[in-house]
Amino acid sequence: MEKIAVKVDDLTVAYNYKPVLWDIDLQIPEGVLMAIVGPNGAGKSTLIKAILGILKPIAGSVTIFDKPYKSQRKHVAYVPQKGSVDWDFPTTALDVVMMGTYGGLGWIKRPGIKQKKSALEALEKVGMLSFKSRQISQLSGGQQQRIFLARALVQDASIYFMDEPFQGVDATTEVAIINILKELRKAGKTVVVVHHDLQTVPEYFDWVTFLNVKKIATGAVKDIFNDDNLTKTYGINYKVSIQK
Amino acid sequence: MSDAQFEIQLIACLVAVACAIPGTFLVLRKMAMISDAISHSILPGIVVGFFLTQDLNSPLLILLAAITGVLTVVFVEKIQQTKLVKEDTAIGLVFPALFSIGVILIAKFANDVHLDVDAVLLGELAFTPFDRVYYGEVDLGPKSLWVIGSILLVTLILLFAFFKELKLSTFDAGLATSLGFSPVILHYGLMSVASITTVGAFDAVGAILVVALMIAPAASAYLLTTNLKKMIGLACFFGVLSAISGYWIANFLDASIAGSITTMLGIVFLIIYLFAPSKGLIAVLYREKQQRIEVSLITFLLHLKNHTEKRERHVNHLNEHINWQKVRSKTVLTLALKNNMILITDNIVSLTKKGEEFTSKAIEYILTNEDSLIENMKDDFFLFRG
Repeated sequence: MEKIAVKVDDLTVAYNYKPVLWDIDLQIPEGVLMAIVGPNGAGKSTLIKAILGILKPIAGSVTIFDKPYKSQRKHVAYVPQKGSVDWDFPTTALDVVMMGTYGGLGWIKRPGIKQKKSALEALEKVGMLSFKSRQISQLSGGQQQRIFLARALVQDASIYFMDEPFQGVDATTEVAIINILKELRKAGKTVVVVHHDLQTVPEYFDWVTFLNVKKIATGAVKDIFNDDNLTKTYGINYKVSIQK
Repeated sequence: MSDAQFEIQLIACLVAVACAIPGTFLVLRKMAMISDAISHSILPGIVVGFFLTQDLNSPLLILLAAITGVLTVVFVEKIQQTKLVKEDTAIGLVFPALFSIGVILIAKFANDVHLDVDAVLLGELAFTPFDRVYYGEVDLGPKSLWVIGSILLVTLILLFAFFKELKLSTFDAGLATSLGFSPVILHYGLMSVASITTVGAFDAVGAILVVALMIAPAASAYLLTTNLKKMIGLACFFGVLSAISGYWIANFLDASIAGSITTMLGIVFLIIYLFAPSKGLIAVLYREKQQRIEVSLITFLLHLKNHTEKRERHVNHLNEHINWQKVRSKTVLTLALKNNMILITDNIVSLTKKGEEFTSKAIEYILTNEDSLIENMKDDFFLFRG
């Protein structure tokens, strides 16, 4: 039996007393590349944010490798939605990637040569090295997404949470990103991705969680990615033909 | 220049720098209006503090007033969290309430002391050299200088210690949380610094100028740089520049120093707003005009690419075919010729090899939106700079 990377127990999160996530039990095995799918408002981003302590749940608990998140921060990297930050902020691509090293540094300590070196390596990995000095508003949507990915890569974590990394990116960038995610999985990392495009789920991922306020199903894509679960998640009339 | 004149300018400069630093972060966090709220709502704190200490420069008074400033932020957030009103409305509700409490307190109990609403709103830099600190018989300089000097020192220490945390939580609060840098602590830390600075600067420059010193230099700097450190540096520089030039203008016109400094802040911003190299109004308008011409150019080149028949490519017919006016056609034609993209033989226009390549690349870019295709074109054309 493989190790459990993330364990969520009885998690309930509410905005203004309205539950957006209801009694979620979820176990994510180590080393999977998992998609979280569900309709708008299903609580996909909320689930990630609650796991990372960005949102406070009203009930339930989360553990990362059997310990609370707070003591496991160094093992976890996070790619927020691209729209969650102000891209006009006065900073460069390299500087944003450097932010990924801040967690390892802790309070007050400044990043140095070592941090810069790993940031440059991460930029190279996502094919953005030549853009390192560019102001972030001067980057295209796909490039901005790659910068966010590079920022997560420098964290050198064991688990990566990504909130819609394919949103607003062109086809080439999507392929580049998914290749990096597959590389991460090959290296034994666990990758959890909020994903919208159901068509690409079987091609990109090996694990999937269906979510719609409640957890509908979770497991290997080959076992549970079927019309039945899709219908339960997206409503009664949902039909999708999937090439396996 | 007399000693008093020097001291006034020194105080003004220190205030400017002490304001520019938290001001930069307020501007980046889109919280400029919060500084306005703080600067007004610290009044009741100052009045109560003054009753207790009888000294406008007492640390206790500064602390009390700063707490009122932070409370303002808390009230605004609490009201906003109910989702019944928006943030700007919440600000508009909270600070006049607190400010008016201060005004009533002054009118009711402080009529016979040196504290009136005029002094609070406008401050009086000119009087600062009169209130001095003595160590035994030794004159250590104006009190205001010591107050704002200490505040600036603390601000600088905090800025150097927490620069990376402030930057991260301002840019991406979500990541800051997940990495263990509590944005709430940083937020209230920044609000406390802004409040203390406001109180410390209050006596010297008054509530209105404090806001101007926090926001205007940072807003000016924002238009000039894409580097946070440079932005802070420039903001401090503009603050100091306005402080000194404002002082001498006031001297020359025999007018209010605070008013003159604020005017200079406005003028500095206006100049940068108009003339900043890439974000300035003129640069933006120029760029938009260039982009319009370039879109026309591509339309024109595409037309040539799509039509092999000579009739369609005759100079005289181009106007009516693309439905442009003469001037526009001429601009585009000249631009295309200058860039060696077209050839005109016997009034028939045809694409050169370069024009051919350019058009295909441009079309491909417009269709696929893939940036790598046009990297080498970005230096020549505005349109492709996003």
